[in-house]
Amino acid sequence: MTTFDSGTVTIEEFLAQEAGKDLLRFFTAGSVDDGKSTLIGRLLYDSRGIYEDQLASIRQSRVNRSTGPIDFSLLTDGLRAEREQGITIDVAYRYFSTPKRKFIIADTPGHEQYTRNMATGASTAALSIILVDARLGVLPQTRRHAAIAGLLGIPRVVLAVNKMDLAGYDQAVFEKIRTDFLAFASRMGFEHIQPIPVSALEGENVARRGTAMAWYTGPALLEHLESVPVAETRAHPDLRFPVQYVNRPNLYFRGYAGQIASGSLSKGDPVLILPSGKTSRIASISTFDGDLETASAPMSITVTLEDERDISRGDMLVHPERRPVAARTFDAHLVWMHEDPLAPGRSLLIKQTTQQVTGRVTAIQGRLNLQTMEDSAAPILGLNDIGKVRIEASRTLLFDAYRANRPTGSFILIDPISNATLAAGMILGAVDRAAPEGHVTTSERLQRNGHSPALLAFSNRELALRLERRLFDHGCQVLASDKPVAQAELAWQAGLIVIAPEIADARVRQLDLVPLPKEEEAALDALMAYLEQQGILGVIERFDSGEGI
Amino acid sequence: MRSLSHLRALEAESIHIFREVVAEFAKPVMLYSIGKDSSVMLRLAQKAFHPAPMPFPLLHVDTTYKFREMIEFRDWYPASIGCELRVHTNREAVAAGASPIALGTSKCCGLLKTRALLDGLEAGGYDAAFGGARRDEEKSRAKERIYSFRDQQGQWDPKNQRPELWNLYNSRVDKGQSIRVFPLSNWTELDVWHYIHLENIPVVPLYFAKVRDMIVRRESLIPPEHNVLPLLPDEKPQPVLCRMRSLGCTPCTGAIRSAADTVPKIIEELLSFRRSERENRIIDHDQEGSMELKKREGYF
Repeated sequence: MTTFDSGTVTIEEFLAQEAGKDLLRFFTAGSVDDGKSTLIGRLLYDSRGIYEDQLASIRQSRVNRSTGPIDFSLLTDGLRAEREQGITIDVAYRYFSTPKRKFIIADTPGHEQYTRNMATGASTAALSIILVDARLGVLPQTRRHAAIAGLLGIPRVVLAVNKMDLAGYDQAVFEKIRTDFLAFASRMGFEHIQPIPVSALEGENVARRGTAMAWYTGPALLEHLESVPVAETRAHPDLRFPVQYVNRPNLYFRGYAGQIASGSLSKGDPVLILPSGKTSRIASISTFDGDLETASAPMSITVTLEDERDISRGDMLVHPERRPVAARTFDAHLVWMHEDPLAPGRSLLIKQTTQQVTGRVTAIQGRLNLQTMEDSAAPILGLNDIGKVRIEASRTLLFDAYRANRPTGSFILIDPISNATLAAGMILGAVDRAAPEGHVTTSERLQRNGHSPALLAFSNRELALRLERRLFDHGCQVLASDKPVAQAELAWQAGLIVIAPEIADARVRQLDLVPLPKEEEAALDALMAYLEQQGILGVIERFDSGEGI
Repeated sequence: MRSLSHLRALEAESIHIFREVVAEFAKPVMLYSIGKDSSVMLRLAQKAFHPAPMPFPLLHVDTTYKFREMIEFRDWYPASIGCELRVHTNREAVAAGASPIALGTSKCCGLLKTRALLDGLEAGGYDAAFGGARRDEEKSRAKERIYSFRDQQGQWDPKNQRPELWNLYNSRVDKGQSIRVFPLSNWTELDVWHYIHLENIPVVPLYFAKVRDMIVRRESLIPPEHNVLPLLPDEKPQPVLCRMRSLGCTPCTGAIRSAADTVPKIIEELLSFRRSERENRIIDHDQEGSMELKKREGYF
């Protein structure tokens, strides 16, 4: 809560100051016993962010894990399971402000099994606080936390060496940890690393500098948080405006709405529309509060163009000489977030900027060992694994490398069947693939479709439609017809799976002859198994999928 | 590069969320609670789709225990900016005499709010519903995603939330499932008031201090409207200078003594006061973790 002394400034003056404050988002990573929740509780408490009645409800709480009068960690662990088990499972967001700045904290769990939650909290942060217990020093998990922060492109790191009170406030302890940390963290591409010795319990060097460590001359944690630049100094300079929504209330207004991912645009600027390659100029930047002359990231705006162009969601406006990468195949780091492991080949949905396309992971190039920061060969990626993969999308994606531009270099993978969010992805770069020339070959078609062509005669019309749906969701090019198919050759050449009551062709397979259980779901499973056994599905799974949605 | 002020950064994020939902869902709706957060949501939605009108209707779950001034505001403000308002009430429960005194607050809320909300959403076939909840309100809200997945029964599973990365929201749902969307997730109570001040956004007059008749019982100021509370002997409403800090149903929303009759004065009070906003809402205090339980059952 902001300190506000009504005796010295009027509320209007205060609000005017307040309106100019900026916003810093940071995340905290540490292990259960590093005292992370205590540190955050202390930050909130000392910056007067804790409402009095919330404090009262904590004093009544049944469990009390610490021995002191106030257990700060109970302020942040919001879920019942967490209070009972005494650990932080999910990301919790906390808000506080000082006269200088507003803050959003993503408090993330430190356990290895919650790496995905840490990645979630880190994805929107501009700074990370990595906690180390002064008595234990740099641990394997410290490396892991730093590696994840580095991978997610967080520019700034604070190494908070906590529990200095239990280490006799000894400078040598702090120096040793600082040196150990810098030895590996300096290779992780951070813009700035600030080591600070603290005692969260005693409040030393948290909100203000303490007296116990006179040998430390750097800033207290809060001082540092108040003074670091919010905007990334390495922010991508070029305009990337992914079209999010086409706003067309009447014949006279056609606006392209979106949040500027990077760079800026001004009225009159020439723009290139991707992927069509057409050009136009910005006619207006329209907002509820009136037209703007210029707008920059991360503003949400609506632009109109001088020419009528066919533009839809997922397209991107850029300056003509400053193009992003346009590619279907790219390499990326993935943080795998699902219990079911990633095996290459399965059809997936890729959501990147404002587009969503189908695609496949075609190869796992390695699993990242967070201790050594080296890749090792791995056939699959399991929950919380970080891997380097190659991905082929069914359509061209427009992106920059994640290192250069977080908003256009990030993506998520979604399971098209269960709808689960499977992975967070960070694009490393496009894979050059010489465009094949000439006639499209059968093998290219197989790769695109992800299955062999098949002509399936099946008289059970209802089940045929269900099978069509099942195959479609699987990523197949499939067509169920309720009329006999006379000209099967064309469908075969196009590589389709066709299901019809009769097909006049020697290559036809009779699904009516496949023994099927009575229950529908089981029958569908049996049909899918049959198609796999016949080599129509599965065999080509390692190749790219076809055009999706 | 110069960064946006915190309010403009929050505004840009919220507008992005509104547009994303409208672009990706078939039938969104905004849950309209008439309170200050709803007023801010309305303004942000106007901004997101300007110059077009808002491309989704508002749904108000009316427990029939709302303040008269809330209902007047509800019937005036959204219409004045061209919004379509739908109202849903659990008529059956109201007819059966549901009240917090007869049933207890938790059962009453379950029927008049949660059940009515779920029925209202189902009746409209909505696959996404905007709500004005903020993460700073309460501990279990602090863990809520911006896109909060709900199963066919509208229930929240806090242990199995979809990871939410960057501003890439997963909008995929199967038939009957839905997403509750919280565009104000990252706003604090102070941000909301500050934005109302900067943008000159209309809010229900109950937020402003005025002499009102109240039942004074120890520290509590209980509004006599829709009087379901049995009065104690010698108790009768008396004039008190007061205001509402949050708006809900009259039997469960207490007033606070206050002289703050303008938005800046409310902000000033907020800063000096430092009492949690939901303190005068009885539901959060029934038992530790009660909000989490209610949310699991389908509450916002």
